[in-house]
Amino acid sequence: MWSFQQAAQQIHEWLSERMSAGWALALEMVLAGLMAIGLFAMLGLILVLMERKVSARMQVRLGPNRVGPKGMLQTAADTLKLLLKEGLTPDGADKWLFHAAPIMAIVVSMLLLAPIAFAMDFQLWDVNIGVLYVSAMSSLMVISILMAGWASNSKYSLLGAMRSGAQIVSYELSAGLSVLTVVTLTGSLQISEIIRSQADGWWIFKGHVPVWIAFVIFIIAITAETNRAPFDLAEAESELTAGFHTEYSGIKFALFFLAEYINVFVLCGIGATLFLGGPMPFHIGSWEGLNRIMDWIPSSVWFFGKTFLLIFVIMWFRWTFPRLRIDQLLNLEWKYLLPLGMVNVLLAALIAIKGWHF
Amino acid sequence: MGAASLIMLMLAGFTFAGMAIFISSLLNKGSVNRQKGEPYECGIPTKGKTWIQFNVGYYLFALIFLIFDVELIFLFPWAVAAKQTGWLALWEMVIFLLILFLGFLYAHKKGALKWM
Repeated sequence: MWSFQQAAQQIHEWLSERMSAGWALALEMVLAGLMAIGLFAMLGLILVLMERKVSARMQVRLGPNRVGPKGMLQTAADTLKLLLKEGLTPDGADKWLFHAAPIMAIVVSMLLLAPIAFAMDFQLWDVNIGVLYVSAMSSLMVISILMAGWASNSKYSLLGAMRSGAQIVSYELSAGLSVLTVVTLTGSLQISEIIRSQADGWWIFKGHVPVWIAFVIFIIAITAETNRAPFDLAEAESELTAGFHTEYSGIKFALFFLAEYINVFVLCGIGATLFLGGPMPFHIGSWEGLNRIMDWIPSSVWFFGKTFLLIFVIMWFRWTFPRLRIDQLLNLEWKYLLPLGMVNVLLAALIAIKGWHF
Repeated sequence: MGAASLIMLMLAGFTFAGMAIFISSLLNKGSVNRQKGEPYECGIPTKGKTWIQFNVGYYLFALIFLIFDVELIFLFPWAVAAKQTGWLALWEMVIFLLILFLGFLYAHKKGALKWM
């Protein structure tokens, strides 16, 4: 059956036959880079449209439906409009930081793509510390936000950036702790290893209570880390106009927007990989028949299906929960989620040592 | 593809952002207007400097975060080997977390987690 992995293999062989190893690698790099940029643009278009359609349905509206068939081209039109707009720089802004911040945001979310398994055995870099890499890289997001907020010379931006800084670093701990529960059960930080360990069932089914708790904490933490409602204090539009990107206009604003959506995608993809098996089809233990049938669905469909399910859940949050206040937000993390996460990791280790998981 | 993919992705990121900004700068002319450069403040000029001393609460949270982030880094290698190292390491981890939790309780008691 056709798969991403085979396609990559064929391209590799085709190139290796025709040129030296160095050139083949260089050409593959260029190809992969172009694909990453393409994926970036596609995801941006799809996710923004999805966000608008989902919020419209939640509010019993139709959402964008004029541009293109069923409003599919709405985001493309918006991007074009933002391209044509002038990018303003406020007086007295720290010019260098101000212009560097959106680029930094994009580069960080681009780097986050490296260890994601889009299909079975289809990764850019199957690094042996994949999970650690993602948590390290995702914590760089806060730097671009702080840069933007600080450099803008606007009080709204500064407030938004500060809030976002406190919030992101706090929830990073919870995200890390919930990731650790799966790591204790798997005994590996490598993404491909974690996926393979779920061949007889996803961790959310195999791992009992600690994994369920970790999953809930993880979803809350990534919602906060990507500054999405109900934790969107960094850009709380009713209090701070637009938070850290108040002063950004035109394409620089679009870049921030895009980076935010890509971060949501990547973190949801990691959540799907750790708890829901990522590209691993739905398997139950040794039920050969069912497993065989499930294998017919390509692994990339599984991965994107699960990821978009999680993204939908996060979009659902936005229209379900009211926004928290900054002290409530930090209380939730430090007084509830963090102690719970710590106990949860120990519980998961107990289960892993005792072998109580399936 | 290995670690070289990181350089590739970084270049792709720079290219993407750079191209977007470059194309945008080609497409719009822009006009000069004194009001355009003012920081946003509902139509009136902003008062005072922006870069002033800030609420210490944010920094306190950042400091406590630092402690727990280092703790998290120590947890990672243990978590990978949790199955092999077994009970002894688990008990050690319990003690380690307990000590850190005492520090956390101290910070809580001192009011570092209270929002001012």
